[in-house]
Amino acid sequence: MTDKKQIVRVTDVTKDFDLGKIVVKVLKGIDLEIETGKYVSIMGPSGSGKSTLFNMIGGLDKPTEGKVFIDEVDIAQLDAYELAWLRCRKIGYIFQTFNLIPVMTALENVTLPMTFAGTPNEASIQRGMKLLAQVGLEGRHAHRPAELSGGQQQRVAVARALANSPAIILADEPTGNLDLKTGEEIISLLKEMSDQQGVTVISATHDYKMLNVSDQVIWIRDGRVDKIQDRDELEIHTGGMSS
Amino acid sequence: MSHLVVLPWKQSLIMSYKSIRSRFFRSLVTTLTLVLAVSFLAYSQISLDIADRMLATGDSDMHRSLLQSGYDILPGDTSLSSSPKQRWIVILSLLVCVVGIINAQLMSVTERFREIGTMKCLGALDRFIVRIFVMEAAIQGLAGSVTGAVLGAVTAFAGALLRFGTDIIPILPWQTIFSSSLVATATGIGLSLLGVLYPAMMAARMQPVEAMRVEQ
Repeated sequence: MTDKKQIVRVTDVTKDFDLGKIVVKVLKGIDLEIETGKYVSIMGPSGSGKSTLFNMIGGLDKPTEGKVFIDEVDIAQLDAYELAWLRCRKIGYIFQTFNLIPVMTALENVTLPMTFAGTPNEASIQRGMKLLAQVGLEGRHAHRPAELSGGQQQRVAVARALANSPAIILADEPTGNLDLKTGEEIISLLKEMSDQQGVTVISATHDYKMLNVSDQVIWIRDGRVDKIQDRDELEIHTGGMSS
Repeated sequence: MSHLVVLPWKQSLIMSYKSIRSRFFRSLVTTLTLVLAVSFLAYSQISLDIADRMLATGDSDMHRSLLQSGYDILPGDTSLSSSPKQRWIVILSLLVCVVGIINAQLMSVTERFREIGTMKCLGALDRFIVRIFVMEAAIQGLAGSVTGAVLGAVTAFAGALLRFGTDIIPILPWQTIFSSSLVATATGIGLSLLGVLYPAMMAARMQPVEAMRVEQ
């Protein structure tokens, strides 16, 4: 990728939550630019506004002020159909709690977004099987989520997120409910997918294992961007920590 | 590239069916409410059809056995109709049934909040969610109503046979009985759909952010 295209641009975003008596200012003016194909981690203590920012980027919530652009489209301008389309085709979501549909098999979970996108049945089953194989779940396609371990469920979720070849994968604490080793496996899987398919991965996390694979880390503190570090600055940082 | 999100009818039917199958017990309870209400409706209607037919024959034996089993027949009556009290009981039972269905479906929606939120994150429109719930209700409604109507008809026959003996078999008004069963079935399906309307709309209005929330 020679051009440095911005896939996500956040300009001067604030978000207030009106709790009746008081108004909580969660985000106090955030400016961000995320380049296509990067693996970006959003780090911050809980209550820092990390999740709120994350939801804005995912088009799940609208900012009080400021604008969020995805692929140069202001998401505040989209109607319900276009927003659904954006969620379906442009963004793949990975959740802390996996959120697979419990009544569907692994394969059906992966093909669901393709069904929404209008992919013919045959083609989506074929692609679903390929994706499941890619995430290391060959032969488990007929299993229900309840018959899979946490790590395996999250692998299905990764396959599902990739189903419509999105431009962005949004992962909200993807390792939060996994043990150390399984968490590492999921992180390296995400990294692999990001490298292979050029998809931008944005993950909100406070898992320090994420730092090793991130191209860029955005630190959020108290509703503002604290600092943005690139990979080369980071390696010194984590190196220092691990020694 | 068209900016369209779709969910084919066949696919939504499959999804509804799977959802019912894997929550079989819950669906069974909802369906059972319907079976009971519809069978009561069918039973009282068909019993009336049979008695009406017996009166219409003009046979004095039949007239006597009708009077004996408690039908209020005034001299000169040629047809029977349900008493206001009977009608009220049927209406009340149907009302209780709808309330029961609404309650069961609301619980089902609450239970599936995360699932619905996830589907929305994957690109589902509000009407996909409504459609899945309505289809589930339609399947439950059809199964419950048909079972209920059959059960009601069988009970009505058995009751009539016990009370009036086998003499009534040749004069059974099959056509009226059939149409009464159909009306009962249709009413049942209608009730099932009526009961799911509010829960389905509530589900559809849910924000996808709900799927992100950690607490279950």
